[in-house]
Amino acid sequence: MAPFNPVHDFGKWPAYGLYFVIGLAFGFILESAGFGNSRKLAAQFYFTELTVLKVMFGAIIVAMVGIFGTSALGWLDYNVIWVNPTYLWPGILGGLIMGVGFILGGFCPGTSLVAMATAKVDGIFFVLGVLFGIFLFGETVDHYAVFFNSSYYGRFTLMDLLGLPAGWIVLGVVVMALGMFWGAEQSERVVGGRDLAREPRWRYGAAMAMVLLASLVMIQGQPTTEDRWNFIAAEKDALLEQRSVQIEPVELISLMHDKTLRLTLLDVRSEADYNQFHLRDAIHVPLSELVEYSKQLQLVAQPAVFVVIGNDEVAATEAWRFLQAETVPNVYLLSGGINGWLDRLADESLGAMKKTTHETDELAYLFPVAFGDRLGPSHPSLAPQTEFEPKVKLQRKKGPTGGGCG
Amino acid sequence: MQATPAVSTGEKTIHSPKPYWHPYWAGLWLGIVLFLSFFVTGNGLGASGGLNRLLVFVEDRAAPEHVDRTPYLLKMAGGDVNPLDDWIVFVTVGVVIGGFVSGWFGNRIRWETVKGPQINNPTRWAMAFVGGTLMGYGARLARGCTSGQALSGGAVLSVGSWAFMFAVFGGAYALAFFARKLWN
Repeated sequence: MAPFNPVHDFGKWPAYGLYFVIGLAFGFILESAGFGNSRKLAAQFYFTELTVLKVMFGAIIVAMVGIFGTSALGWLDYNVIWVNPTYLWPGILGGLIMGVGFILGGFCPGTSLVAMATAKVDGIFFVLGVLFGIFLFGETVDHYAVFFNSSYYGRFTLMDLLGLPAGWIVLGVVVMALGMFWGAEQSERVVGGRDLAREPRWRYGAAMAMVLLASLVMIQGQPTTEDRWNFIAAEKDALLEQRSVQIEPVELISLMHDKTLRLTLLDVRSEADYNQFHLRDAIHVPLSELVEYSKQLQLVAQPAVFVVIGNDEVAATEAWRFLQAETVPNVYLLSGGINGWLDRLADESLGAMKKTTHETDELAYLFPVAFGDRLGPSHPSLAPQTEFEPKVKLQRKKGPTGGGCG
Repeated sequence: MQATPAVSTGEKTIHSPKPYWHPYWAGLWLGIVLFLSFFVTGNGLGASGGLNRLLVFVEDRAAPEHVDRTPYLLKMAGGDVNPLDDWIVFVTVGVVIGGFVSGWFGNRIRWETVKGPQINNPTRWAMAFVGGTLMGYGARLARGCTSGQALSGGAVLSVGSWAFMFAVFGGAYALAFFARKLWN
């Protein structure tokens, strides 16, 4: 499933070649739209010619419908494409500063590059100014790093903000953009004196096509976790069959002591069992909350390993499937679960009795009190262990780990 | 381009610049490129990131110790890290060459200063430099410029990108009246 990780999948130089071609197309279109011309850009703010708004929102709705349409069909994994993280107030203040820069200088950074490429002297001065501004920022940001990193909301989308399905928002944005286009044309007619009769008629067809496509995206809906699992079930069930993702206690102990990676233990048992006994630093996440919680797991810095833990393996396997479906990288489950762990590591200090029989996925030990993580087996030391075949293979996160502005 | 409305003004000589694309037509193609970029690479478009890395590359040549002591720069160019070894640099180089190619075919490559009729060239150049400085500073503060933040983040429905977008338009419209002599 798209997207790819070009540098990893195609090799560095083919990937860079691909990025060059993308930039080539981008620059070609910017220049062809007239964005190398500062007066054409500035006219946006005097209501005479709203080309900037039309091109920008036209591009946004076309790309948005494409992204959410292919996601609805299961061709594109929205979870791994780069969504600019929200740092609300630095973004707004930076935006206001840029707005002032836009009206004074007549360009934005991308458009000034194509102005420079077509030998516009003002474009060259603007590019020099951009470089100077970036220089100033690099020299000053560390004096107010707290503000620069403030109001962080992570991967925060309009779906999260409004609590609506993506399809509704896609349709809403398309309708809003078409309304803005209509308003822009009226403004051009009234303020700019443009004769709208000379505008091409195909724009009505295009507008209808956009509404139709957005409606289809809304009707189809975005894939649920279950749909997402079905896309990958054949390949991933094979991993479960081969037991290549169920790691043994010895391997988990070595991971617990590995300072070079971020290990996150996800305990999916009941709260009662968790309070009786759990591994140190394990986070209690019930199965029902796991999909919601997985959004945070996407943001954990690499290299990260996630291990899901149940009493036996049934709930843990289910949790593993959820996390695979939500494209969380490097997820494993504890072989044998907590019961297997205690069978292996229980000693006299445990003070627990093993039940003679127990149901599947039931805690097999009886604890006199709730020990939590205070017992030795919750955090075993890295004693000389038996040799084991490591199953954890760190995979690079599928999608990009940074945006276009790093 | 087929959809460009036929508004041929003036005599048709080889040297007269061709008309620009119709805005909606350009928007459609820009949207397709933006979508393909997301679909294939998982990333949108960008421009200021490449300029940033180019600048840091120069700084790293001129004052490597300073770069190593400034946390923000260290991430990109600390020690042996080459700030140019990044995909966004190649997008940025592509933008410049793509713009040149389009300008070449459109007969729009000419050495000129585009400005409003009420100001002279040095004023225009000074304002372009000042505006560029603000743009460059603001783009870093907002973690993205109009392409990387507003366009790309807007298409994937990031809340921060939409707030940013309205801030840019808001800032420009708020000051437009006072800057009208520059353009009209």
